[in-house]
Amino acid sequence: MMAETALRLHDIHKSFGPVQANRGATLDVAPGEIHALVGENGAGKSTLMRILAGMYAPDTGVVEVMGRDVTGWSTAEAIAAGVGMVHQHFMLVPTLTVAENMVLGSEPRLGVRFDRERAVREVEALSARTGLHVHADRLVADLSVGEAQRVEIVKALFRGARILILDEPTAVLSPAEVDELWNVLRGLRAAGDTIVLITHKLDEVMEVSDAVTVMRQGRTVHRTATRETSPAEIARAMVGRDVTLAREAAGRAPAPPTGGVALEVRNLVVAGPRRPRAVNDVSLTVAPGEIVGIAGVEGNGQTELIEAIAGLRATSAGSVLLGGRDITRLSVRERAAAGLSHIPEDRHRRGLVLDYSVADNLILGRHEHFARRGVLDRGAIASHAAERIAAFDVRPADAASPARSLSGGNQQKVVIARELGRDFVVLLAAQPTRGVDVGAVEFIHAQLRASREAGKAVLLVSAELSEILALADRIAVMFRGRIATILPRDRASEQALGPYMTGALDAGAA
Amino acid sequence: MTSAASSDAGAGSVTPPAGAAGARTVSVRTTLEEAVLPPLVALLIALVIGDLLILSFGQSPGAVWRLLLEGTWGNAYGFGQVLYKATTLVFTGLAVAIGLRAGLFNIGAEGQLAAGGFAAAVAGLLLPGAMPALVALPIVILAAAAGGGVVGAIPGVLKARFGAHEVIVTIMLNLIVLAVLNYVVASHLHTPETLHTPEIRAGMIPRLSGFSTVFHGSAANLAILLALAVGALVWWFLFRTRGGYELRAVGLQPEAAEYGGVSVGRTWIRAFVIAGALAGLGGANFVLGYKHYYEDGFTGGAGFVGIAVALVGRNHPLGIVLAALFFATLSQGGLAINALVPKTLVEVLQGIVILAVATAIPEVRRALRLAVRRAGVV
Repeated sequence: MMAETALRLHDIHKSFGPVQANRGATLDVAPGEIHALVGENGAGKSTLMRILAGMYAPDTGVVEVMGRDVTGWSTAEAIAAGVGMVHQHFMLVPTLTVAENMVLGSEPRLGVRFDRERAVREVEALSARTGLHVHADRLVADLSVGEAQRVEIVKALFRGARILILDEPTAVLSPAEVDELWNVLRGLRAAGDTIVLITHKLDEVMEVSDAVTVMRQGRTVHRTATRETSPAEIARAMVGRDVTLAREAAGRAPAPPTGGVALEVRNLVVAGPRRPRAVNDVSLTVAPGEIVGIAGVEGNGQTELIEAIAGLRATSAGSVLLGGRDITRLSVRERAAAGLSHIPEDRHRRGLVLDYSVADNLILGRHEHFARRGVLDRGAIASHAAERIAAFDVRPADAASPARSLSGGNQQKVVIARELGRDFVVLLAAQPTRGVDVGAVEFIHAQLRASREAGKAVLLVSAELSEILALADRIAVMFRGRIATILPRDRASEQALGPYMTGALDAGAA
Repeated sequence: MTSAASSDAGAGSVTPPAGAAGARTVSVRTTLEEAVLPPLVALLIALVIGDLLILSFGQSPGAVWRLLLEGTWGNAYGFGQVLYKATTLVFTGLAVAIGLRAGLFNIGAEGQLAAGGFAAAVAGLLLPGAMPALVALPIVILAAAAGGGVVGAIPGVLKARFGAHEVIVTIMLNLIVLAVLNYVVASHLHTPETLHTPEIRAGMIPRLSGFSTVFHGSAANLAILLALAVGALVWWFLFRTRGGYELRAVGLQPEAAEYGGVSVGRTWIRAFVIAGALAGLGGANFVLGYKHYYEDGFTGGAGFVGIAVALVGRNHPLGIVLAALFFATLSQGGLAINALVPKTLVEVLQGIVILAVATAIPEVRRALRLAVRRAGVV
């Protein structure tokens, strides 16, 4: 008998210590539908899905799959019942082949030996049946992120999943790969599978889902059929108030650059962890009063480029000039003194000392100015913190609380409050809104625009094409360490940039 | 450490929301819980296991513990010995803690301690006997710090320049330093028929027995004051200076420190030099305060016990002073209870305390939070 709902989570509560991740979340998903679960970061989407997948037990509430009460089941039971989860961070062993990853934990045996041929045969058979193409014999380490994600999906199907949960699957994909993913999901839906898609991107919701459930602060606040709603309505439900969507704000004409060059990169070559030329002969300029955006699929040299400009990574060749002055050989501290501010892409690793207080984090990199003959001036640090916290509305407004205890958006506000609070000429902004809530995105975008208006030069790197299109005056696309093209804003669009992001087009090579 | 900053912030132009004060009290309490409870729980566990061990020897735990306390804190001599032993442990504990604060595991306090003691002895031998103590003392004490600092610099430089792992380097260096000093003393500097140098001529640190006869016979000396002063100085350095800010940032998140313009390698070297100097100062306790000569093997493992002192003291100078007193009490108490149970019992207890602290830290915290929530206090 076919159940009316494929899965039903009713009034789920789940706390981790003092943090209430879910407090009254209810989700109904019909069989054979693609259901989008949307909400800001920290709204409790992943927790709810991990409860469904058996990774956590709910404190209270009921989980039903195909009409059966499965509350508090284990991951093994979930897999056996056909619930599979594809995680945001791939859970694959890079040194094993695709087939070996698929069968890990339930390897076919020939006596005591691992039956490699059978594993490969089974994986290829499934690949052919579903139309999801994977190379069973290739090492996972050699796959592109798009391929690795396909392997994750096939792995879930291989284990018999009929209900598939995808956690932010598009974060690492190029536009073309995203389209391909949607086709895969539609194919699975046609075959009768049920899909829950966790995302915070509204265009994805509209593009592919049949129904939407919105979460805010641990609660499910809105459920509707996708065709009966609009992005603005979903955004309002996510944030709890009206928000300006990035796309809409993009229409405003940019202030004309005032001329001159604030930042210049000349023929830069930088070695990365795996490639000796992660940045391969890159040249670009940023003028005062201009935002130059660098688009591209992550891992194409953007990180290395920014770190080399910031002085955190050695360059192999080429030079970096700030206001005409060669800073290629200067230390991080000297570059900061010369007028370079830097919002790093990973605030948890680089941008903040998580166990330091907000006040102490607000002086990181400028701490020498808050010391007299080597002794920290606690009074100056405190008044600086009070001023920055007020100016950037950091919450809670407590300078003594450790940075770790803040939400992602407020952590990023601390970083930005610090980097914009000093005298600077050039701002490097790498993934400035990654993992922050919609409200904070608005605020951060306004700050970047204000910097441009104030005549600063901003070099913006973002994996979100919509963010680049909303902010940048000129847009460069990086592919395999090179600038594939640079387009002015009025000639750039997702359609125009997409081919450069995947290497299908390369203006630089011509 | 930032409570001063936060109260100033509250008085400034920004009025924190009503919740902030409450949140701060909670965070202060959690910090205290995290810092103080694990060692206390570890102590309790060690006590219970100690009871069982004593019972297995057919003795009464109460009697043994009483004897242990009487032999240590119960009389001036025992107390003096505790102070003497604790003095060295404060220095070696600080030496390990400075390393851990910078993200470095300094297993080399033993060798640094020996080098510091040796350098102090050589300086004391070279100085003219007529030199006034006020001039001689700073010189020999600085010599102790320099001796330890030089040995400490080696793993720091090797790590910063070549990426050599400090644990391996410091362990090996302990053996090398002790062997070299053994050779130098045995072949060039020893008093005939002994394994120690001649007595120093200047730079003796007065013993407590010189001030009060009740300490007669105990090794306690004024180096304890030096230890307390240095402990306070280390606290001030860690939490009130730019150098300490950078050192802790490197220890917590080296990549964030690097982003903040801090040279990670240079900070490692600095931390190791300071650590070596701190351990080296410990040598002053034995050489300048007690025997007045360098003797082969005087360290007796105090450098390694320093690891335990730093762990139990949670890398905080105040905690380290308390932990040093605790381990010194156990060590001295072992002699007192030897009549009833083997004195190795206290070494077993030491081991249990260390194991319990090392493993209990996150578990204790978690269990406690759970219990508090169940009781509905929060």
